[in-house]
Amino acid sequence: MGAHAHDTHAAHHDAHAAHHHHQESWVSKYIFSQDHKMISKQFLVTAIIMAWVAVIMSILFRLQLAWPGEGFAFTNFFLGDKWAPGGVLNSNMYLALVTIHGTIMVFFVLTGGLSGTFSNLLIPLQVGARDMASGFLNMLSYWFFFLSSILMLASLFVEGGPASSGWTVYPPLSALPEAIPGSGTGMTLWLLSMAIFIASALLGGLNYVVTILNLRTKGMKMTRMPLTIWAFFITAVLGILSFPVLLSCALLLLLDRSLGTSFYLSDIHIGGEALEQTGGSPILFQHLFWFLGHPEVYIVLLPALGITSEVIATNARKPIFGYRAMIGSILAIGFLSFIVWGHHMYLTGMNPFLGSVFVFTTLLIAIPSAVKVFNYLTTLWRGNIVMTPAMLFSIGLVATFIAGGLTGIILADSALDINVHDTYFVVAHFHIVMGMSAIFGMFAGIYHWFPKMYGRMMNTKLGYAHFWITFVCAFGVFFPMHFVGLAGAPRRYYDYSEFPFLNGVTDLNVLITVFAIIGGAAQMIFTYNFFYSIYRGQKAVQNPWRSNTLEWTTPVEHIHGNWPGPIPTVHRWPYDYSKPGKAEDFVPQTVPLEHGEDEEHG
Amino acid sequence: MTKLLIIAVLVLGVLAVVRLSRVYELTATLRGKREEHISDRDNRMNARFMWLFCVLYFAFFLWLLFAYGDKMLPVAASEHGVWTDQLLDVNWAILFVVFFLTNILLFYFAGRYVYDKDRKAFYYSHNNKLELLWTVVPAITLIGIIIYGLTIWNRITAHSPEGTAQVELYAKQFDWTARYPGKDGILGATDYRLINDNNPLGVVTKESIETRLAELATSINATVEKLKQEGEYLPPAKVDELNEKVERERRMLRKVTNLKVMMEQDIAEKGEASPYAHGADDVVIKEFHLPVRKDVELVIRSRDVIHSAYIPHLRAQMNAVPGMATRFHMKPTITTDSMRVVVGDDKFDFVLLCNKICGASHYNMQMPLVVESQTAFDAWYTEAMKKPFQAPAAAATPAPAATPAATDSTATAADTTATDSAAAPAAATAQAQPTH
Repeated sequence: MGAHAHDTHAAHHDAHAAHHHHQESWVSKYIFSQDHKMISKQFLVTAIIMAWVAVIMSILFRLQLAWPGEGFAFTNFFLGDKWAPGGVLNSNMYLALVTIHGTIMVFFVLTGGLSGTFSNLLIPLQVGARDMASGFLNMLSYWFFFLSSILMLASLFVEGGPASSGWTVYPPLSALPEAIPGSGTGMTLWLLSMAIFIASALLGGLNYVVTILNLRTKGMKMTRMPLTIWAFFITAVLGILSFPVLLSCALLLLLDRSLGTSFYLSDIHIGGEALEQTGGSPILFQHLFWFLGHPEVYIVLLPALGITSEVIATNARKPIFGYRAMIGSILAIGFLSFIVWGHHMYLTGMNPFLGSVFVFTTLLIAIPSAVKVFNYLTTLWRGNIVMTPAMLFSIGLVATFIAGGLTGIILADSALDINVHDTYFVVAHFHIVMGMSAIFGMFAGIYHWFPKMYGRMMNTKLGYAHFWITFVCAFGVFFPMHFVGLAGAPRRYYDYSEFPFLNGVTDLNVLITVFAIIGGAAQMIFTYNFFYSIYRGQKAVQNPWRSNTLEWTTPVEHIHGNWPGPIPTVHRWPYDYSKPGKAEDFVPQTVPLEHGEDEEHG
Repeated sequence: MTKLLIIAVLVLGVLAVVRLSRVYELTATLRGKREEHISDRDNRMNARFMWLFCVLYFAFFLWLLFAYGDKMLPVAASEHGVWTDQLLDVNWAILFVVFFLTNILLFYFAGRYVYDKDRKAFYYSHNNKLELLWTVVPAITLIGIIIYGLTIWNRITAHSPEGTAQVELYAKQFDWTARYPGKDGILGATDYRLINDNNPLGVVTKESIETRLAELATSINATVEKLKQEGEYLPPAKVDELNEKVERERRMLRKVTNLKVMMEQDIAEKGEASPYAHGADDVVIKEFHLPVRKDVELVIRSRDVIHSAYIPHLRAQMNAVPGMATRFHMKPTITTDSMRVVVGDDKFDFVLLCNKICGASHYNMQMPLVVESQTAFDAWYTEAMKKPFQAPAAAATPAPAATPAATDSTATAADTTATDSAAAPAAATAQAQPTH
């Protein structure tokens, strides 16, 4: 973007400033707000509520897995006599819980919650913009998200239960109510909810991209953007390119379900009758689904990596090592994520040669991922590390990214996938590398930018307790799952006691559940800390973490338009921490380069 | 009531915590403590926790390895399983090195370089040589892994040798059925429209087509009759439903008739080479036996939703997809009896299980697999082929309105469930009086 564009932008805002102090009604400020900061908070609070629903679901099915067939008042309390007679989880409900847990976590918490919160909060603040390119579309993006959340929650209460064919909703199971009760109304609501969710993701994504490309302040070259913004940018691009495919995938499934088309159905005999659909292929669904589904993994992960890069650099008081390499690896991961979807499908009967191609592309992703890990390690090396809760979660993310990334190398290898495909090994892998890494990134972001969001501080001690319990439990839950998987235990089984060869690892299931309960309960510490601090936390100062990026140059109190005066100009990259010859160990981006000072870049 | 009580307790608990926090907050304010100022004590505590965690993490890992290492899948009982296990071991060796190395660095650095106000961090923004190093080294390692992995993959997925025996594994909610090719050594063609209680796999034979045609004709006639007699008393919705049913079954009847024509033409043209000519002697059975050290190609199909045929001890897995047949070629190398010795359990069985979510009883969709010597297998197979099946009786019953069903059908698919003498007449009655 040229200087010209910037000038017009600034001029617009000078004019804008004149009528800045108009009164906003309560509704336009808190409900139908078009202010990116408020929208980001709306996303976050909705995501926290959704996350609790998903966490409770996971406890419910973990209880069943640890003590199959035993009744629990806890289970009965939530599911009632229909789905948990005597507190024993019904096997259809078990599948429903697994399905909705996955759907909520992947889409509502780690996509909507993570991107929605932090892209909204940070993009305008860190690139130096008054707001998103389109505040109205941004508002719509949240309200679509809200509506889809409501629909998803509503689907829990319909006759037959919610969708229960796994979060990947493979047809024919998801297409035929005869196959599983959850494929009735519950599945219809699931599809509608997802369609609306996709609309939300697209509106948000387009806004993020346009804002980043067009509304950067003077001096904010692409190569001076914080890595958070780079991560949100590529995430948004991935979403824009892949979510429409999921939409078409879902629409075709709706047609198959309601109009008797046969995109995904062929030669099926169910409920004592031969269906008339022929010529379709369930594999088509999988191709379409995973064309979104795999980039989705990085839609979830990249923002977390971006947040971590920022938090680690700030709290290690040290520039992120290899800034350009970090950008390069984000770009490489983003690109490769579009040509690896077939690794979910090695065993579908797909041509083995095609499988080989996907093995190759998938394993290539390990290279940029390795670069990221080594760059994080080098950033920590000889740093001056301040142990804020955000920093702890960022270090935690690097640990989970290592542990989960390495097992990805096993799963990417089609020959090895034959035996571990769809076992607990996979569950362990993606929960650690995607689930834990992304949620740790999200927690890091929340602790770090809470002062920016609410003008108050979260309690640090509670943050420590939250991190350490969560960190220990994360490994306590997911690490043993590798062993359960290597013993041959398939995922999505309601009860493993029918298989004597798995008896050796049943006590691991108890261990996992105990850790899950403790880890789940530990999130109450966070929830309490979060909501309490919104109202009663210590008042924040303008730049509590002594950070370089632009968001900390805005006043603590939120104002519409972010900066009371003109938008600051950027003179340097965001990682001048502990630069030799400077009095302070940080130099904000707004500080001009001194005479003869080099602008150092990674 | 209990629920209310629980909620009340929870609310009171939360209130108590809120008050406690308030006390903490006031004391913190009095002491002038700011949340963002991390004290040296806190920094050092967390640094030590980092190291402690690393030790516990590795200890946990090693404990799992020692305590559960022997509970993992035992030695692979198939030829390719030995290859993939070796590949896995090589991968683990590389990954363990990287795992320990990177984690040690991570937690060591995190603890070692904890904040010290007298120190300044090392301003180190990039080093192209280092970055090149850790781009190239992983790249080379991965190329090795890729080449080794794909070599194995290509060997496993290569075309089965000429003359490899085929066995069909057929999945439906929630059980497995096996089909063996019979004397001719060739699995006959199938069509899902022919499925009924006596032909659970829809094997195409002259008889199975005739039976199905008869069944459909009977059902259509019965519904038409019902409409004629009771039509005016039935609610309109029910009438529509019945009319639709008739239409549907008529379409189905046409499709099956087409199939019949196609089959006859194909057999006329190709004779023995026609896939339609081989169904008659197929053995359909709810038992799964394989001879040891013989190549076998599993042909995997599904009736309703996607299932996955997974035999963990043979490291074999392939999805069962409705509308298509998938294949998995393997060679079992260890008999059930030998494996019982290996795992030290004389009740051990190889098991085929479903590994793709398929519905309520997905978790218990299994069938034992017996791997045995060729002699033992031959004996079992001869027995299986001889097993009298009830299909002819069942096929003959619904005959009245249709083309005469073959009464001498010596061979259609044998369903062992139907061989149960009690089940067959029951099924026949059900067909004679279509109830749906």
